[in-house]
Parts: sequence; C-alpha cells; structure tokens
Amino acid sequence: MSVLKYAPEALKNLFKPPVTTKYPFEPAVYPEGARGHIEIDIDDCIGCGMCVRSCPCGTLSVDKMAGTWSIDRFDCIACGYCVEKCPKKCLHMIEGYQTPGVKEGAVTYTKSPEQLEKDRIAREEQAKKAAAAKAAAAAKAAEAKAAAAPSGIEQAAAKKL
Amino acid sequence: MGKRSVIPFGPQHPVLPEPIHIDLVIEDEKVVEAIPSVGFIHRGLESLVDRRDYNQMTYVVERTCGICSFQHGMGYCEAMEHVFGVEVPARAKYLRTIWAELGRIHSHLLWLGLLADGFGYENLFYQCWRVREKILDMQEMTSGGRLIFSVNKVGGVIKDIDKEKLDIILKTIDEVEAELETIKDTFLLDYSVQSRLQGVGIVTKEQAHDLGAAGPFARASGIKTDMRKLGYAAYPDLDFEPIVSATGDSYARCYCRIMEIFQSIDLLRQAIAKIPNETDLFTPVKGNPDGEYFMRVEQPRGEAVYYVKASGKPYLDRFRVRTPTFANLPGLCEMLKNTQLSDVGLLVLTIDPCISCTER
Repeated sequence: MSVLKYAPEALKNLFKPPVTTKYPFEPAVYPEGARGHIEIDIDDCIGCGMCVRSCPCGTLSVDKMAGTWSIDRFDCIACGYCVEKCPKKCLHMIEGYQTPGVKEGAVTYTKSPEQLEKDRIAREEQAKKAAAAKAAAAAKAAEAKAAAAPSGIEQAAAKKL
Repeated sequence: MGKRSVIPFGPQHPVLPEPIHIDLVIEDEKVVEAIPSVGFIHRGLESLVDRRDYNQMTYVVERTCGICSFQHGMGYCEAMEHVFGVEVPARAKYLRTIWAELGRIHSHLLWLGLLADGFGYENLFYQCWRVREKILDMQEMTSGGRLIFSVNKVGGVIKDIDKEKLDIILKTIDEVEAELETIKDTFLLDYSVQSRLQGVGIVTKEQAHDLGAAGPFARASGIKTDMRKLGYAAYPDLDFEPIVSATGDSYARCYCRIMEIFQSIDLLRQAIAKIPNETDLFTPVKGNPDGEYFMRVEQPRGEAVYYVKASGKPYLDRFRVRTPTFANLPGLCEMLKNTQLSDVGLLVLTIDPCISCTER
C-alpha cells in the first residue's frame, strides 16, 4: 500500500532537481531582515560605548580617542541588542553570514583620517567651550560672593551695634 | 536467570546527537535497570544572571536550547513581565503565539524525522525534514533567524509580522498540512513502522503521574495536561483541547506529536484570523525588577518552569529553568526496564530528549 503511495513521489524525485542548493557555488538567498552579521558605519560612531555595555557576550570594544570599534566575530551571537541600543543608529544587522574567518581575534574598524581630524577639532572646540563656560561660572560665583560679602559685614556691624 | 552485565549507552550514540549517558544493566538481551548520568555539556547559563542584566538575559535564556529557543525566551519574558507588573499589548501576545506554534511544528517535525531515522526509515526522515525546512524559512522570514528568534523583549516583542508575511505563513501551512497527511499515514498505518512502535516502552497513567512526566510523554499515557491551558500569551482566546492517547506506548507518543502538529496548524490559523491591528508591540518597563515569579509554559517537549527572583537591582538574584526533558528522565528509566536492548535507542528518542536544555 505504502509502496504504491510513494511511487509517484519517487518518480517525481527522479526528475526533480534537489531541494538543497550547492552553496557556496550557488549564492544563498536570505530573506529581508535576516540576522546575518553586524556592520558599522564607523564614521558616524561617537564612541559612546552603549554597544559594549549592552552586548551579552562581551565581544565588542570601543576606543573613543583612537576612533576604533572592534568585534570578535567568533564570539558574536548576532542577537541584535547592540543595534537596538546604538543611539546614532550606525550599527546595522546585515543579511547573509560572513565567510569563514582565517584567524581568531577581533576585527578592528578605524575611522577615516578626515573623520578623526574632524573629531579632534570638535573635541578641542568642546574643550574650549567647556573651559570658557567654567571660567564664566567661576567669575559669576566670585561676583555673587563679592555681592554677598558687604551684606555680611553690614549684618555683623548691625549685630555689634 | 542470565548473567547480568552493564552496557554503556552514549554519550555518543547514533540515534541522538546530544550527549546523555545511560548505564544499561542487562540480562541476556533484556534491560533490567537503566542508570542515567548527565553533565557533559553544562554551560552555567543560570549563573550568568549575576553578570548580565535582565535585558541581556533574554538573549542568554533563549540560547538555552536551539529547538525551543523562542519558548525559552517567551517563558523568561513572561516571568519578568509579571515581576514588573506590566501588561503586554494584545498584538504582541498573538505574535508570540504564532512564533511559539511555528516553533512547535518545526520541533515535532524534527522529532518525527529523528524517530524515522531511529527505526531505520531513512526516506521518511528526509521527507519530514524537507517539510520542516519550509517552517524554518517562515521563521527566518518573520524573525530574522532560522532557529534563534531573538524577537522577545521584557514587555513585548521587537519585530512585527505584516499582513503579507502572515498570508505567506497561511499559504505555507496549507502546503505543509497537505504533505503531512501523507507522512501521517506512513507513521500511523505502515505495517513495518507499527511493528517497531506498538506495545514498545509502555508507561501507564499511574507511572507517568507518579514519575512526574510532562508534555506529549504524559499525554500519550492518558494524562490530560497542557500548560497552554493556563492562559499565557494569546492561548485563552484560542480554541483547542490537549491531544491525549491512552495506550502509553511509543506509537501513542508518535500519534500525539503528529496530531499536535495539526493542532498547531489550526492554532496558527486561529491566531492569524484573530490578530488585532495595533501598532504597539511592547510596553516599556521602567526601573529594576523587584519580586519573584514562577512561570510555566508548554514547550514542544512539555512543561518548562522558569523561576526568577529579583531585589531591585539590574541583575537578578536567582534564575532557574526546569526543562521538560529533566522531568521526563525518571519516566524514561522506568520505561527502559524489561525492554529489549535493540529498542533502547528508539525508546530514548520517544521522550524527545533535549540534553542542552536539561544541563543548561
């Protein structure tokens, strides 16, 4: 009974191409939004380190001053939590798995020299602004103190009287 | 009475790729006693709670097992949502149900394939896994991962399934159902399959109850137990009855699982028909968890228990998973008594063991 039932199936299979594909000779087809691997638009990265703190397996590291972002692909579980947490949305989950790695260790992405220069100028400007703001605040505080001091003397004088 | 000797089964054995070791005390060809030992792939996932915060743990818990990954993530998130006291949006509940049922179909198809492989029917094994591939494609299309979904979040889900994708799911499950009808007949009516399954490894209702069996293993022995009836996710809105068989042999377990695939297909249709049109996918949770909760979910393999305890810190104090395979191991050892040595591989398969879950 079951032989007859599977006879059409067997005949079909004789002439059908296999269900499997000959990867890597044929390209693999990934649906839209498949979680393959993580890529970064490194020039947009601000080095805040949110991805490093969110990563459940501790595979990421960021150096703000050097402008680098590293990932150990062997440790990454492609959960996508860093992509969700990135405030600048410069991390992306790309469809398709990576080709096998040839050596262990982290892959480091470095910002372009132009971007590094821009960041340096921005940092210096920010530092200047911060210093100016600090100086202004100090001056304001001193002024306030100076304004408050005579009233203190007056109060003391009033007490003496 | 023959001479007793001990034959080791596993940790490497052709019938299942996972490491479980059972010492089989045999008399001639008959098994007298079975002594299990686990602990070959313990990864210490539960102790990670003191180094990973409760959001990161969602991804860790999900990776407890590759087959019921979604249900692990869902169980943990449901427990955390009870601790936080937040209500999940209705659409997220339905999405969780859809993903959970897709996961159940693919898990049962995987098991059916392994069972066919176990009793030496290679062709049937390939048929089952070919059908399963369609479900895996649905999972990849909707969540982004073939097996590990990573769509759960404490408070709801991250991704939505739009109308077109729901239609594709409906179309695919129609195809899967048609193909399953043929496979079902082979499993349930074929003479050679029946001769390997019927009357082998009988567990009575009393034994199953006393040994704390869970899931299809318990249902095959006539215990009407299904955690989905407790009413988590969208299950209270869906109409279904647990599938029960009375005989308690390997054939009954096969029957229960096949029928559960059809039940899951029906549940998917119901869920897709009833899914509300909302834009909210999650309720934001604020602050740190404080409290404890016991969550029970029905995984493809049976009842899984999640215990979380928190005391106002981002890291949980304690997290514990009781997986269905752990509950079924005593039943397995009882079942193996008085069976033939050649049936042991098949009988170990019939509880659908998942050792990675058990050892975590």
